[in-house]
Amino acid sequence: MVLKKLFFLFVIRPLLLIFGGMRVSGSTLPTRGPAIVIANHNSHLDALALLSLFPLETLPRVRPVAARDYFCSTPLRQFISRYLIGILPIDRRPRSHHARPLEPLLNALERGEILIIFPEGSRGDPGELRPFKSGFAHLAKKRPDVPVIPVQLRGTDRALPRNEALWVPFVLEVQIGKPHYFSKTVSEFTQEIEGVYLHQEPLPSKRFPASD
Amino acid sequence: MNTVFVSAFIVAALLGIASAAEAILRARGRSSDELYQRIRSWWIMAAIFFALILSGPTGALWLFGILSYLALKEYFTMIPIRQVDRRIIFWSYLSIPFQYWWIADGWYGMVLIWIPVYLFLLLPLRQVLTGETRGFLRSTGTVHWGLMLFVYALSHLALLYTLPDREGIGGPELLIFLVILTELGDIYQYLFGKTFGRRKILPKVSPGKTVEGLLGSLIATALSAWGLSWLTPFDLPTALLAGLLISAAGFVGDVVVSMVKRDVGVKDTGTLIPGHGGIMDRIDSLTYTAPLFFHAVYYLYY
Repeated sequence: MVLKKLFFLFVIRPLLLIFGGMRVSGSTLPTRGPAIVIANHNSHLDALALLSLFPLETLPRVRPVAARDYFCSTPLRQFISRYLIGILPIDRRPRSHHARPLEPLLNALERGEILIIFPEGSRGDPGELRPFKSGFAHLAKKRPDVPVIPVQLRGTDRALPRNEALWVPFVLEVQIGKPHYFSKTVSEFTQEIEGVYLHQEPLPSKRFPASD
Repeated sequence: MNTVFVSAFIVAALLGIASAAEAILRARGRSSDELYQRIRSWWIMAAIFFALILSGPTGALWLFGILSYLALKEYFTMIPIRQVDRRIIFWSYLSIPFQYWWIADGWYGMVLIWIPVYLFLLLPLRQVLTGETRGFLRSTGTVHWGLMLFVYALSHLALLYTLPDREGIGGPELLIFLVILTELGDIYQYLFGKTFGRRKILPKVSPGKTVEGLLGSLIATALSAWGLSWLTPFDLPTALLAGLLISAAGFVGDVVVSMVKRDVGVKDTGTLIPGHGGIMDRIDSLTYTAPLFFHAVYYLYY
């Protein structure tokens, strides 16, 4: 886990400082687990930008939850994902009906880790919010004592969108919401968290479509 | 270079007075966190500015190059763009090191045409290669406009710095003269506007600006220019005119950037400078004063 700290201290943070510049507003991120951080997902920069905001001592215990089939598909990708970023790999399509996909996540929360979950599932089109999957709500239902913190990321979709390899500098905005705790039902809690994102002010590019 | 040290001490003394005044206001419970942060940020900006000016041409050029980059990045973050515009935005960033390289190299002709001519022709070419016709004019124009203001116009600060010495007065002194007066012009406008401001001058663009603020700033900046004319080869009438020019041009730059902010619907351009906003908020006046002052000096003395 020393590798992860060094990677963020000497590679990711300087890169984000030079080619991004972070504008953080709202509440503060949790420094102690267990906690669940929810974020919208449009770019590979999302997880890196979020992780870079945690203090170095906390960093090893912050785990982005990511698909095993994509992030562990090649040896290089697996090395970066596991050792430099420290993802928590999960199976998108469990092989049997008896598999319990939430188990590794519950274990991680038990160990006091902070999970980063992107409920949109995968990176969508730039600036578009895809419908939230309810996985995080099922997790929160099992651990209603764990805070769920919605974080809104903007600018990453412009800086490094899906299917692009060129990182173009833009200021990255991070808005940290207040913690929510599970109550009522899974679908209601999913809607409650999704509502935080739907009621955000849209990006300038969405307010003034270029074609008007 | 001794005059540069003297001007640094004068700025430090002025900021010292500002800090002391803020402390007195604070003791009477009439200060605000914003005022405190504002003055603190002035100290930091002045320290960085003078340190890099004194470090020589390399430091000064890096300072203005980085300012151009940060301002342009704030601008591109603010404006509405299409996904395909990422390419010309990348090219725009790449033009910054070239612009400052021409300045370092002393290639005056290229400095003047690199962005207005070559980038003006190159950006549409890149757009053609992308092939997205919808919104082409609007986005190419918007991107090039940002380059003109935050790279081309601002780089005249660096160009001014590289002007050779004439009887002990050279680029660094003229640059300090321009920057101090531009910032003073802004401050005078604020102070006179706050104290005597009645009639709004441009209510739709910038509701804080008043006729009284502008007139006060014109007179006070002209007098300050006279007081600082030892940094320049100017005689008394030229110094007064330079002060008027800087105050008026600074006002225009300020309201032009306000216009951009109104158009895209933001109040501050960023949070990089506590108490001030973003880089764009601080250098707005300089985008107008730098080219105008440079060409006036170049015409009269070089």
